[in-house]
Amino acid sequence: MRIDCKHVWKHISAYIDGDVDAALRAEIDRHLETCEICSAVLDSTRNIVVLTADDRVFELPAGFSERLHARLDRELDLPKS
Amino acid sequence: MTASDPEFEADCIRRILGGEKQLFHELIRPCERAIYFLLFSLLRNETDAEDAAQETAIKVYLNLHLFRGDAQFRTWVLSIARNEGLGRLRKQANRREDSLDAETDDQTGDYTPAILTSWREIPAEALERKELGALLRKAIEGLPGIYRNVVLLRDIEEMDVRETAVALGITEGAVKVRLHRARALLQRELAPQLKGFAPRRKGLFGWAK
Repeated sequence: MRIDCKHVWKHISAYIDGDVDAALRAEIDRHLETCEICSAVLDSTRNIVVLTADDRVFELPAGFSERLHARLDRELDLPKS
Repeated sequence: MTASDPEFEADCIRRILGGEKQLFHELIRPCERAIYFLLFSLLRNETDAEDAAQETAIKVYLNLHLFRGDAQFRTWVLSIARNEGLGRLRKQANRREDSLDAETDDQTGDYTPAILTSWREIPAEALERKELGALLRKAIEGLPGIYRNVVLLRDIEEMDVRETAVALGITEGAVKVRLHRARALLQRELAPQLKGFAPRRKGLFGWAK
């Protein structure tokens, strides 16, 4: 049985994470060979996942770490109750 | 040896509890980003997230003797961060219309992706263009809260499913379902906008300016 596009979309996230079983992976791979739409949906989704993981997308506010450790220093100096 | 190494963490914790308090800086440092972004996801405000992150670090320090080592240290820290964030949200609840409880998983329905017939890979170097990062941030910040949290921990902090589930207090199945929906929503919103960031031509160096 040939799976349809919707079926592929349903598993795209798991497919990207390598979280589909071998049989389903083979079916999806077979579908992707001939479906340019699903190939593009998969490629764009995977591309977006890779880009969002880049440290340049979400950066800590400037000085965050310095302020955190300065506050911790004040706390560490207090006697523990 | 890094602080994500459980033996280093256990040793560090023993020594801190034994009086070498300054070691706490090294213990908490690798968790800073995850603490901040989890709180930013919950509170949606940089100032509140930073303040809550500092409170979280102090609570971790004061409660360090309670850490049993049956979870990863970072997971335990993130549970404390989450409780700190949720506590603040509850205090704000009467000022907010969208309560956390309203955000459940029953939003079913099909997540139809943006239909494309081809996709040209956008290389990470494209992030040198500030607009690209801004588009990604805006799309992620615009996700419903339950999806945003999962994306922040799974795709941005690159935590595994199990750790994400424990930190957010949800099942591993819920992590997977929410991540799937979040990625589908991001693809639908972003794919059409991002096409312009693909390299114009494929040259020897890949990325054409």
